[in-house]
Amino acid sequence: MNIYHLDHLQHLETEAIHVMREVAAEFERPALMFSGGKDSICLLRLAEKAFRPADIPTPFLNVDTGHHFPELNTFRDRRAAELGGKLIIRRVEDAIRNGIAIPSPGEISRNKLQIPTLLAAIEEFRFDCCIGGARRDEEKARAKERFFSFRDAFGQWDPKNQRPEIWNLYNGRINPGEHMRVFPLSNWTEMDVWEYIGQEKLEVPTIYFSHRRNCVRRQGQWLPVNDLIPPKPGEVVRELVVRVRTIGDIISTGLVESPAESVDDIIAEIAAARVTERGSRADDKSSEAAMEDRKKQGYF
Amino acid sequence: MSTSRSHPANHPVEILRFNTCGSVDDGKSTLIGRLLYDSKSLMEDQIEALERSADITGGGQINLANLTDGLRAEREQGITIDVAYRYFATPRRKFIVADTPGHVQYTRNMVTGASASNLAIVLVDARQGVIEQSRRHTYLTSLLRIPHLVIAVNKMDLVGWSEERFLEIRESFESFLPLLDIKDVKFIPLSALNGDNVVDGSKHTPWYTGPNLLGHLETVHIGSDWNLHGFRFPVQWVNRPNNPHDPRLHDFRGFSGQIAGGIVKVGQKVMILPSGLKSRIKEIWTLNGSLPEAFCPQSVTLVLEDDVDVSRGDLIVGLDSLPGMSTELHAHVCWMNPRPLQRGRKYFLKHTTQTLQAIITALENRIDIHTFEPQPAPDELAMNDIGEIRITTAKPVAYDGYVTNRLTGSFILIEQGTNQTVAAGMLLPPQEAVRPEYNDFAI
Repeated sequence: MNIYHLDHLQHLETEAIHVMREVAAEFERPALMFSGGKDSICLLRLAEKAFRPADIPTPFLNVDTGHHFPELNTFRDRRAAELGGKLIIRRVEDAIRNGIAIPSPGEISRNKLQIPTLLAAIEEFRFDCCIGGARRDEEKARAKERFFSFRDAFGQWDPKNQRPEIWNLYNGRINPGEHMRVFPLSNWTEMDVWEYIGQEKLEVPTIYFSHRRNCVRRQGQWLPVNDLIPPKPGEVVRELVVRVRTIGDIISTGLVESPAESVDDIIAEIAAARVTERGSRADDKSSEAAMEDRKKQGYF
Repeated sequence: MSTSRSHPANHPVEILRFNTCGSVDDGKSTLIGRLLYDSKSLMEDQIEALERSADITGGGQINLANLTDGLRAEREQGITIDVAYRYFATPRRKFIVADTPGHVQYTRNMVTGASASNLAIVLVDARQGVIEQSRRHTYLTSLLRIPHLVIAVNKMDLVGWSEERFLEIRESFESFLPLLDIKDVKFIPLSALNGDNVVDGSKHTPWYTGPNLLGHLETVHIGSDWNLHGFRFPVQWVNRPNNPHDPRLHDFRGFSGQIAGGIVKVGQKVMILPSGLKSRIKEIWTLNGSLPEAFCPQSVTLVLEDDVDVSRGDLIVGLDSLPGMSTELHAHVCWMNPRPLQRGRKYFLKHTTQTLQAIITALENRIDIHTFEPQPAPDELAMNDIGEIRITTAKPVAYDGYVTNRLTGSFILIEQGTNQTVAAGMLLPPQEAVRPEYNDFAI
């Protein structure tokens, strides 16, 4: 190999930077979705690489379900402040109170209620583009999504009618009321994300590393004990050494037993893993087409 | 889906992008499923989900195609309706796979899946041999200038592993391959369903001495697939810090973009097109510090010596090899919309980082997919047609022929109103290089 050669992370990086700069150049009011999770942490680094020494030209947007891990929110707020960015938080609780999001009777999960909350935020700030950290390797419906994913005035994704995406020519043209979701990490895998975090020495929330936590076993998964879903009679609470592999809401995020204390440990663990990242998310297991259905309605 | 094979430390890993194409039922999705399954890239929950769906739709038989057919409609109809991307890795390489559907009405997706590929796999059903779709996909591979082609002759088990049949199919490809421009072609007899010659060899093909598919994907030389000759830098975004804390940045004015060809060095003389102004590279700025040089396809921010007017859509080029520049463009297009292309229609044309108004001034020919012969002066190009057209743009475009540079030689057409992407365009080489009027205006 000659010196004019990029390795796989450099390739993924230059592709993602190109995509982010296209957004900054072609949209009037873009936002960058930042949850504090590992994928969006990479997005922020890529935004620095794309836009420094100028300011990052997008505000950061997060939909807070009210069921987040507290460690995640603390990290989110601190990291956004460090980068000097404007952090916009819209809460599912407020959306429920204002009648924007309406839970089904008995529905505890906030997963679906994120959708109307996000769409209302897009309308409120008239965002014409939201940059997100979704990856195609996460899930089968995501595997079919473009870098520039067009959403109609109802926020819907139409998988049968996507714009052809050719070379590195992204078509960002939209009519008023429509918007674009853009995914710079489309071609990244879970492994790439962790290798990048390692290479760039990025800080991540502590819950990605092993720690002691009280857990209960439900539907083949260890779930964290918390006030929202207290242990039922007969359920045994066990203190285990665990970490999260992917962060969803606290009520649905499965914990994996793991001794991984560093990014290198995590990379070694993923290399040997026998289940996918989303295998630990109860929200995706609910049906074969769970993600597809949510995405069509405007989910990320 | 992540790598499950051990990850080599301190070893640069290359990415190989490939796409699979073929017609309905040639077994593309099954082949990708097989590659993932046999290279141990599948995880337990994916295999579990496969088994769950096998109980519902497959009468208990695991269907490897379900791995890539991600949408409900696809599973129900047993077809692939859009490009599905898959990722897997071996210790040698990381792979990005675009599974592109075969039926006629979705051929545009093949262009989407294939435009960035290093390699294309065209699947052929050994029973059917070469059909129109095989010719179309092979032609598109040539037109898109994908450097490497694999003809995977699938379902060999259903023709009794006949070497004769394999050679027959090979010969029918070889009868038209010379009409095309593909330098590296490999024929592999296999059975995606049973796994023969996919990741492992096959006891059924003692007469075949070539590599299995994965072995070929791991070793095919892709080091020279990027263009390192002729510096090309489409300006994407002008970087001007608003209220910099660092006083040195008060006058910072950088031009951000991805290098689309060649190498750039600090001190190098460059020209800005379309203005024709010249300057020198003062700094190659990146977050990780300034670089002495940078190359395609790196993303960087260039600072020039002179305070010249540069904006998004301009092309900064090296003086050693100048591109063409014109408002009259001549190109091959692949038409991708149900509303046909006709003379006189107006579109937006996106080329590198600029979007211009453009009008179709002539339809020169339409390629007959059976003979690859151009049929002159068609009235229109319908969906999936390929032809040569002439376009006039509202402003001059600095460009290269697609044969020299995929990034500065390509464009898309966007329909006004619906904003649909309706064509993929590949520019024919310019008649002459740009001749700047103001030869030594700056410097």
